[in-house]
Amino acid sequence: MTTHTTAAAPPVATRRRRAPRAGGSTLLRRRQRWGWLFVTPFLIVFATFLVFPLVYAFGMSLFTSTLATGTDFTGVGNYVKAFSDPLFLEGMLRVLAFAVVMIPAQLIVALAAALVLDTLATRLSKLSRLFIFVPYAIPGVIGALMWSFLYSPRFGPGATIFGAFGLETPDFLAADSIFGSLVNIVTWQWAGYYMVVIYAALRSIDPSIYEAARIDGANGWQTAMRIKVPMIGSSMVMVIMFALIGTLQFFTEPVVLRNVAQGAIDAAYTPNMYAYSLAFSYSQFNYASAIAFSLGALVFAGSFLFLFLTRKQSGLK
Amino acid sequence: MSIFTQRTNTSAGDPASTDPPTTATGLPSHVDRSVRGHGRGRGTRRIGAHVFLMILAIYFIVPIWWLVVAATKDTAGLFSSPAFWFADTFALFSNIAELFTHQGGIYWRWLGNSFLYAFAGGIGATVLAVLAGYGFAKYDFRGRGAVFTMVLGSVMVPMTALVIPTFMLLSQYGVINTPWAVILPSLLSPFGVYLMRVYTQDAVPDEMLEAARIDGAGEIRTFFQVALPLLRPAIVTVLLLSVVGTWNNFFLPLAVLTDPQLLPVTVGLNRWTALSNAGAGGEQVWNLITSGAFISVLPLVLSFLFLQRYWQGGLSVGSIK
Repeated sequence: MTTHTTAAAPPVATRRRRAPRAGGSTLLRRRQRWGWLFVTPFLIVFATFLVFPLVYAFGMSLFTSTLATGTDFTGVGNYVKAFSDPLFLEGMLRVLAFAVVMIPAQLIVALAAALVLDTLATRLSKLSRLFIFVPYAIPGVIGALMWSFLYSPRFGPGATIFGAFGLETPDFLAADSIFGSLVNIVTWQWAGYYMVVIYAALRSIDPSIYEAARIDGANGWQTAMRIKVPMIGSSMVMVIMFALIGTLQFFTEPVVLRNVAQGAIDAAYTPNMYAYSLAFSYSQFNYASAIAFSLGALVFAGSFLFLFLTRKQSGLK
Repeated sequence: MSIFTQRTNTSAGDPASTDPPTTATGLPSHVDRSVRGHGRGRGTRRIGAHVFLMILAIYFIVPIWWLVVAATKDTAGLFSSPAFWFADTFALFSNIAELFTHQGGIYWRWLGNSFLYAFAGGIGATVLAVLAGYGFAKYDFRGRGAVFTMVLGSVMVPMTALVIPTFMLLSQYGVINTPWAVILPSLLSPFGVYLMRVYTQDAVPDEMLEAARIDGAGEIRTFFQVALPLLRPAIVTVLLLSVVGTWNNFFLPLAVLTDPQLLPVTVGLNRWTALSNAGAGGEQVWNLITSGAFISVLPLVLSFLFLQRYWQGGLSVGSIK
């Protein structure tokens, strides 16, 4: 992992071991100590708020406390329970379904907008880019609140818009339409951010490549699909991975929409909501720990697998 | 290696980056881009592209327009007037006045809390990330590879899976229901460390550090006077990402705070909405929810408007590994 920033850098071997150059092992040891000093403040936070909570939650999840018998060691009992608990499994399947629908939706909007923006340099296109990005500056809670007003039959424009075409207003908050309503909120919230990321990657491509493609007779669509998209592979992988992690821990939007759609969104709609309600409504902290830990492990494994499968596209080895 | 080069190209003012890509004509790429697109059907295609963008822009801006309009209505206006246009009575100022009196003006308390948590958490996380990124990038200490791999792997741990464990841990130590319960966990930003490390590797040449050391500068002085100025674009990015992250946080404050006086504005407004939906007439404060939401998004939306230079080039530092 050593870097070589200039051609004047000495050969790899002497570079990795700074000792011969730095003149003696005392200096090397002092250097090492400085390295640790710089990373230690972060590592303290890392240990306290990541490693320790995970270990603690894992420990908690191995116990079960009941009113009758107090706290007992039950080993993997809570995990056996979780992976046969229909509420947890349904929640997991639901967030997977969200991932399958929501990530392509966000990605297609973001990629299409970025590709179009990349070919334009007008004032109108700059303004559009700003408009598309603005929802990123709005907290997820507020965004979901706004959409819950817009979906609401009492406040929303649904009746006016659909009435103008002589259509019946759909109930955006009904059980069979809430999925789409949530996909819409998240796409609105995040597509602009992903667009900015993809757009920046597109701008870093050397345009002389397009020149060559045009001489070879490629049209705009072919240039986009055969050159631009493959060349921003690493950014796409990054965007998909963040969207994946975000989707599997879906929480904020369904919680906010539950205010107005109690019937369509139950307390165990997503695994995170289930863990939250187990902990704070039912005080089942041991079982909630097992659910949270399982979710974390599944997300970690999923993203790892994804990175592994796309290692060619992302350039990560 | 190619991924690093991509990144440096997007960050302006980076001394380690190579010259901007030039075209066959020798013009810098951005000049060439504006004249690109000659050829058949150029006009219609440009119109089509603009129409496509306009439709997208409308979709993304309409809810925000709705919020602007809704903030100016009283409750009666919210129910009776068209969703996307103003009501007869302009109630923005009376709504703001009511925000000062409703529940003793707790709304402004919430807004202040949001600022406190976002800046304390965001600045703290950035400082830790800059120090650690520099340490990982520029010191070859024993165990570096293993520790960094662990930090990198933790990027894939979903932060919300940590909320309930963190809650249980903090309640053990009695820090639950204090500002610290939100600020301290927000200091954790493995992704920030990763970004800072990658950026530092490229932007701060080892030779410059060696030169400073030979000139007699200590490690701390070398860091502050040589490395830090070179890292500015990445620092702004990490700061922006972590402040926005903490400002938007919902699950953590929802879990660790119960005292209404300590809530950030996100959790507070959600609480008002839940009450308004469930409660009787006296608890329905729809006009305060819309105007409160409007005021709460202003700081961030305005800063993004004014900091365009930073997020357009800057957020991309986060994009490319």
